[in-house]
Amino acid sequence: MSSNCALEFSEVTLAYARGAPDVVRQVSIVAQPAAITAIVGPNGSGKSSLVRGVLGLMPQHSGRILAGTVDLLRAPRRAASQLVAVMPQRESLAFPMRVRDYVALGRSPFQGMWDAIAERDAALIDGAMRRADVTGFASRRTDELSGGEWQRVRLARALAQDTPILLLDEPTTFLDIAHEMATFETLSREAAGGRTIVLVSHTLTLVARFADQIILMHDGRVAASGTPREVMHAAALEAVYGWPLVVSHDPAVGAPTLVPLRRPR
Amino acid sequence: MPAGHRRPAVLWVGTAVALLLLIGASLALGAVRLTPTAVMRALLGTGDPLAITIVRELRLPRLALAVLVGCALGSAGAALQGTLRNPLAEPYLLGVSGGAAVGAVIAIVVGVVAPGIVPLAAFAGAVAAVSLVLGLARAAGAARDPRTLLMAGVVIGAFANAIIMILLADVSPEKVRGAVWWMAGAVSDASWTRVIWLLGYVLVGMTLLVARGRVLDVLSLGEDSAASLGVDVGRATREVFLVSALLAAASVAAAGLVGFVGLVVPNLARAFGIIKHRSLILASALGGAALVVLADLLARTVRAPLELPLGAITACIGVPVFLLRLRRLR
Repeated sequence: MSSNCALEFSEVTLAYARGAPDVVRQVSIVAQPAAITAIVGPNGSGKSSLVRGVLGLMPQHSGRILAGTVDLLRAPRRAASQLVAVMPQRESLAFPMRVRDYVALGRSPFQGMWDAIAERDAALIDGAMRRADVTGFASRRTDELSGGEWQRVRLARALAQDTPILLLDEPTTFLDIAHEMATFETLSREAAGGRTIVLVSHTLTLVARFADQIILMHDGRVAASGTPREVMHAAALEAVYGWPLVVSHDPAVGAPTLVPLRRPR
Repeated sequence: MPAGHRRPAVLWVGTAVALLLLIGASLALGAVRLTPTAVMRALLGTGDPLAITIVRELRLPRLALAVLVGCALGSAGAALQGTLRNPLAEPYLLGVSGGAAVGAVIAIVVGVVAPGIVPLAAFAGAVAAVSLVLGLARAAGAARDPRTLLMAGVVIGAFANAIIMILLADVSPEKVRGAVWWMAGAVSDASWTRVIWLLGYVLVGMTLLVARGRVLDVLSLGEDSAASLGVDVGRATREVFLVSALLAAASVAAAGLVGFVGLVVPNLARAFGIIKHRSLILASALGGAALVVLADLLARTVRAPLELPLGAITACIGVPVFLLRLRRLR
């Protein structure tokens, strides 16, 4: 892994096409190395568009997205993929393949056209599979996995890329409690090792326990940002999500906990 | 055994052995039957002069053309299915066959007699159609979306059919027969010139595709994942599309429309557990060669001395194989 580098969005505005409404407007975020930054917000608030922006897949864009000093909107795809590994929200393979072969594709940004998998690559692939807890089904086929297993295999591929920045779009959907917690613990360890972790998530309560910084998106803009304690306020969250909420504090761990209320009939 | 759990080695060895046997049979069988010894001696240039002429001048170029057409269609099909993320994609779906047919039919209707003009016209037609498909997909805005390419290909194919119908509306029955015969595909008028010409395309085209093997693996993950793994999806898709289309166009120019090879063979290879595109392209080339050689052997022996259209035979073999494969997919 190359030296620490932050992921910075600077006045970023994104749209799906020329003339189409902006889905992200003037967003500025700095995700620091050795920390977890969580991007939260209701459906359609622009979270996944930010991810697609990082991938250079938003046709209309202004502002800058920097990985360290490299402008991802202008850098060649290959150079960008050596700095940022992305786990997209959804992914379905056209043709099933073996789990290990799939994870090994995480090394492709670093391989030449005719290169085979080198010893170093193999070590990174094995390490990533261990950390994502998928070593047990290395030789299974991707279409024989449960939703949760597939999610972890996809995480393993992103880890195998071994980039200073890891950007994950809802990495824990489909996961049971144990695997959800284990994934967050893994990401914590990756952050502790110096990586910049950015994740889009809907599980606010868990995010509040693991993230160093929370960015609350609403309507394509940053509605609030700061530490979990700074952002997790019932009034602000209610306004953004449009649903009555209570923020309490977990008696066991002290972290802010979100409880959505039933609406009176 | 469920699909995909078979050993790839079975397919490699099986296909290679089958191809060798078919090559032997193709050289020995026909209007004049030759013994294996006679074939060997003819190849070495000794023995009966008639046998030498039959083997070296007639059967060998025809066999070589069949092998090359199979390689071109098989590898192009494997690459296209990977880029378009669709197991039903085949080179002909993308307007290549329609464009080539329009080119050939124009040449036939106009009544050119010089040899080599019909293939050239077919090639020009295929290239024009492919450019049109790429342009249409671009104009549609979503150049990165492989579905746009597929739809543009289908539309151009339909348009080409309409043009052929109009062209053939008012010409002599012989010309209609010539056009229909050309569209049914054949390697019967093989010449060494044509073989060398196609060999060039197959060598360059297959090298370009095999070089992109890992890019194809990554492309088959979908746009977002491919971009995250450093692939410029739009550019890579266009490159593979163009190379595959040129391979198909060259094969159509050399042998007319030989359907189903590019569709069936890669799917069969995948069923035997060959998934990575580098291997898949090579296995599909080998399998395609075996299928076309087999089809040509049947085309000229089943109702000898009558020759059946090659494209019809590949379809007759391809359809049941494909149906079996579909059943297993469920």
